[in-house]
Amino acid sequence: MTYVYFPGCSLTSTGRGYHESLQEVCRALEVPIQELEDWNCCGATSYMAVDESKAFALSARNLALAERLGNGSTQMMVPCAACYLGLNKAQHYLQEFPAIRGKVDKALAAAGLAYSGRVQIRHPLDIFIKDIGRDKIAARVAKPLAGLKVACYYGCQLVRPYAEFDDQHNPTTMETIMTVLGAEVIDWPLKTRCCGGSLTGTIEDVGLRLSYIILTEAQKRGADLVATACPLCQFNLECYQGKMNGRFGLNGKVPVAYFTQLMGLAFGLSNKSLGLNRLFVPLPERRAVAAGGGAHVRG
Amino acid sequence: MSAVNASPNGTPKVGVYVCHCGINIAGVIDVTKVVEFAKTLPNVTVAQEYKFMCSDPGQELIQKDLKDGKIDRVVVASCSPLMHEPTFRRAMAACGGNPFLFQMANIREHVSWVNKEKGSATEKAKALVAAAVRRVVFHKPLQKTQVPVNSDVLIVGGGISGIHAALTMADAGRKVYLVEREPTIGGHMAKFDKTFPTLDCSACILTPKMSQVRAHPNITLWTYSEVAEIEGYVGNFKARVRRKPKYVDEGLCVGCLECIEACIFKKGKFKDEFNVGLSLRKPIYVPFPQATPLVAVIDPETCAFFRTGKCKQTCAEVCERKAIDFNQKEEIKEINVGAIILATGFKTFDASRIARYGYGKYPTVYTSLEVERLVNAAGPTGGEVLLPNGQKPKAVGIVHCVGSRDEKTNRYCSRVCCMYSLKLAHLIHERTGAEVYNFYIDMRTPGKGYEEFYDRLMKENVHFIRGRVAEVSDWAMTPEEEGKLVIRAEDTLVGAVRRIPVDMVVLSVGLEPQPDADEVRRRFNISCSTEGWFLERHPKLAPVSTFTDGIFLAGACQGPKDIPDCVAQAGAAAAEALAMIDRGHVELEPNTAFVTEEFCSGCKTCVPLCPYSAISFDTSKNKAVVNGALCKGCGTCVAACPSGALQQNLFTDEEIFNEIEGVVKYV
Amino acid sequence: MEKWQGWDKIQYEAGLDPHFGTKIASIPGGDKLLACIQCGTCSGVCPLSPYMDYTPRQIVAMIRAGFKAEVLSSYTTWLCASCYSCTVECPKEIKITDVMYAVKRMAIQEGVYPKRFPTPVLASEFFHSVEKTGRSTESWLLVRMYLKTNPFKMLKQAMLGFNLWRRGRMGVGVESIKRKDELHRLFTAMENETRAERRAGQEVRP
Ligand code: SF4
Ligand code: SF4
Repeated sequence: MTYVYFPGCSLTSTGRGYHESLQEVCRALEVPIQELEDWNCCGATSYMAVDESKAFALSARNLALAERLGNGSTQMMVPCAACYLGLNKAQHYLQEFPAIRGKVDKALAAAGLAYSGRVQIRHPLDIFIKDIGRDKIAARVAKPLAGLKVACYYGCQLVRPYAEFDDQHNPTTMETIMTVLGAEVIDWPLKTRCCGGSLTGTIEDVGLRLSYIILTEAQKRGADLVATACPLCQFNLECYQGKMNGRFGLNGKVPVAYFTQLMGLAFGLSNKSLGLNRLFVPLPERRAVAAGGGAHVRG
Repeated sequence: MSAVNASPNGTPKVGVYVCHCGINIAGVIDVTKVVEFAKTLPNVTVAQEYKFMCSDPGQELIQKDLKDGKIDRVVVASCSPLMHEPTFRRAMAACGGNPFLFQMANIREHVSWVNKEKGSATEKAKALVAAAVRRVVFHKPLQKTQVPVNSDVLIVGGGISGIHAALTMADAGRKVYLVEREPTIGGHMAKFDKTFPTLDCSACILTPKMSQVRAHPNITLWTYSEVAEIEGYVGNFKARVRRKPKYVDEGLCVGCLECIEACIFKKGKFKDEFNVGLSLRKPIYVPFPQATPLVAVIDPETCAFFRTGKCKQTCAEVCERKAIDFNQKEEIKEINVGAIILATGFKTFDASRIARYGYGKYPTVYTSLEVERLVNAAGPTGGEVLLPNGQKPKAVGIVHCVGSRDEKTNRYCSRVCCMYSLKLAHLIHERTGAEVYNFYIDMRTPGKGYEEFYDRLMKENVHFIRGRVAEVSDWAMTPEEEGKLVIRAEDTLVGAVRRIPVDMVVLSVGLEPQPDADEVRRRFNISCSTEGWFLERHPKLAPVSTFTDGIFLAGACQGPKDIPDCVAQAGAAAAEALAMIDRGHVELEPNTAFVTEEFCSGCKTCVPLCPYSAISFDTSKNKAVVNGALCKGCGTCVAACPSGALQQNLFTDEEIFNEIEGVVKYV
Repeated sequence: MEKWQGWDKIQYEAGLDPHFGTKIASIPGGDKLLACIQCGTCSGVCPLSPYMDYTPRQIVAMIRAGFKAEVLSSYTTWLCASCYSCTVECPKEIKITDVMYAVKRMAIQEGVYPKRFPTPVLASEFFHSVEKTGRSTESWLLVRMYLKTNPFKMLKQAMLGFNLWRRGRMGVGVESIKRKDELHRLFTAMENETRAERRAGQEVRP
């Protein structure tokens, strides 16, 4: 079955490494994906703040386009947590509130579209664990991430309030994947705490503080790097480290990579194809890692 | 059959009485219009309205018309028959009328409380009155039957409620069977160190009652036992009680505990249920030193002999009285009783269901029940509040409302947690000198001396933070927080979020129905509330009765309750049971099924359907026979009978059809 | 020290909007708002509450009580990062995040959000750019936001922008979908629906 791939705006810019590595990993795992043709922005958190009905309309267009592709059972792969939430929210509200449904249906019709509610919105973590399975992932591992201590970070919107594929309070899907890749995972309490979202761009002090709290805790627990599943989380945690350094005294640098990049690495794919060259903070040296730690590059 | 024939003395004379129920009915329904309408109905000789028909003057209206011969049948249009049908029937009987020539039209619950529009409400009330009038004409002058009552009582559950009810009944000279599932009576109260708000020692007030139970000539105590089956009806229940083997003869064992000493396990190795897992016991054990009866029990799940068949059986060797019997078998006891009191208690909320509070993850997060054992002088630490590392905590957080007042767990307030949290705060503070923080949503202290106790705690410098705890976790933001558990909550009275580092967290878990409450309720044929608590007959006026006559409720099986309330309710249940027994007989409602033999084809469809086994089959006549004393009037057989031979008093076809026609024709 | 403001702390009934609570509660599933027990779980779990002028719990209380002016002009809602912690943990299942959104919408509609505060400006800019092109272009969005709020900040961010551009993580062009007309028809129809609702005298949700 082909998954309809919905990249979202971030994956075309700040999150390009996610886009590239996800495609590579899907190829390696023989997961057929097809990008949703002429997809539009999910609306993110900002749209909801201005016009609720239009926010639902935005998502409804994407869902309608996706439904048109698959014959009745479209599986939509949505890697960005904000898009995942936005689409899921629209899906839930269309189901729960007939008034919204009625309005959206009429508007879709005016644009020559229709949506019957049959698209399933799924995150790659969900697809990799539930559909592909750990055995298939394990079979593909060529260069295990032995000795690498990973703090798996889910952020907020991926698990709250709609994710059904994992536990809201203590999700473990990413940990399962990392363990299959041969990495060691740390147990920490902040894996679903908010990174600050778009506040890093607006009210910087506050946004940075939130990201800083997460990074220091990962450091304290001995993580070599943080694995993320959301472009905004990755951007916040990685690209502002210089500022966190100055403002809150963040200790050194912490690599922050997409979980898909780590999968690709363990599959033996090239750094470039995984977009690793786009990282601000380079990952720990491969050889050092294979030798079982000790000489990790920590910036 | 014509209506005229159904009347005892010629043409039926129906009196219709429409009640205002204050403004409950009259506020929505035009009562006068209903009365005027009733006057136009066939057979109605009197129609009146009155403010409160259930009051004495209201009843006297009916009685006067009956005595004056103006009426011989009565329709009261008022509330639900649940409460006042007996009232009006009694009123009729008191002046020589037959109480079954009576019908109620429920124009309150069915009309005024659920309709806002006056016009249509009045029309609906008229329709219901018309139906009742048509129906009552076909009522027959039935008679109640009387059956004698067995004066023995079964009490299920040996916590404080069951104990108190048992002693009350036994002191009144009744023979009591007290059945308890655990090896000892005492229930939750036996686990507590102190009781609020007086702080008197739980053991000191409970153990004397436990030994009274043991010694009372009128009480048969069966511990380690469960009621397996119940048959019969009020006054004449038959119960089968399953007695699990303790592998120790209760008659021989004197509780010297030599056997426990001698067990091949030199130290305790298995989770001690009584100490909620905070200590270890051997396969042969007594739950606690004051256990009643003080008889050792062998747990076959952990005993080496039962598991492997190989053991020197040192316990049996050392017992001089030869009380240990590895061949003991389960026993079934059959008893006959007139009344049953259920006092099966509660369970505490499983704190691991709330992940944010870290129970099961952080070893220094405890439930309140665990802490009750820690502060208990007879508990695993001898009453010292010690952390797993053997140290005393310097700061302790008590989290209220765990599993209560939450749509995702239990919506209700568990009623006892505020007060026991205060008690634990006091005891922990007293034993350790620690700073104690109480996190509460609302402080609920409605009871004698309760608010005063809260006052006292505040003066003892215990901290009170009004805010539901958001999270218990181990990530530190400040050096002081390192290595501690941090409780995060909004101090809502200040309007700021606070992070408080502590060494120990106490989760004040709420109360829940027993896990098998639903099974038990089915076995005893009573109802449960949506939360699973046993349902009382009326929340205000029949709080210890159930919808099944002869079965009463005591204690927390009916809803969360503290000790004083449990004892009060147990006393009330005992009194109600005594009143019922002392009457010497019970009257059975005549709404039973009966067979019209000429129609019965002997197909036996009905026999297996009856849930109360009230139908037998007379093979000589080839006809079904209903035992009126067993029939509960559920109507199952009546609906199933293919030849219409089964009919039910007060629900005969003509009564029901006329009632329906009354509504339909009017509308 | 800031100006002492103690004298205007008292709130007269005349200064409140008695319909504010029900208006906010009219959002889908919003009726539960009225069942708030003021337990503070929302504030406690909220990662942003330490930076808010009113905690989420206080906002809920103020909404119920009709403190419309204070709520609409407060910074709280604009600090909400929509992390949904409160929504998930509220014991009364109040969708607090959605309540925050409703407040934001009303504040924008009535033009009473804190001026020159970056979050509402970003939200509006985002809204307009997506309305036009169907996609958001992060670089241009930020530029426009800084111009409207604090142009100097933009200079400070230039370095980050450059670094992103160097790694191919930020383009200079504007992203857009192909069938913009389709989207516009969708939006116009949506607007007409809303107008029709209003004409039909229906309570229009914030
Ligand atoms: S968590 Fe819910 S009930 Fe508690 S204060 Fe917040 S909104 Fe009210
Ligand atoms: S959704 Fe907003 S208000 Fe709620 S916890 Fe997250 S940041 Fe706070």
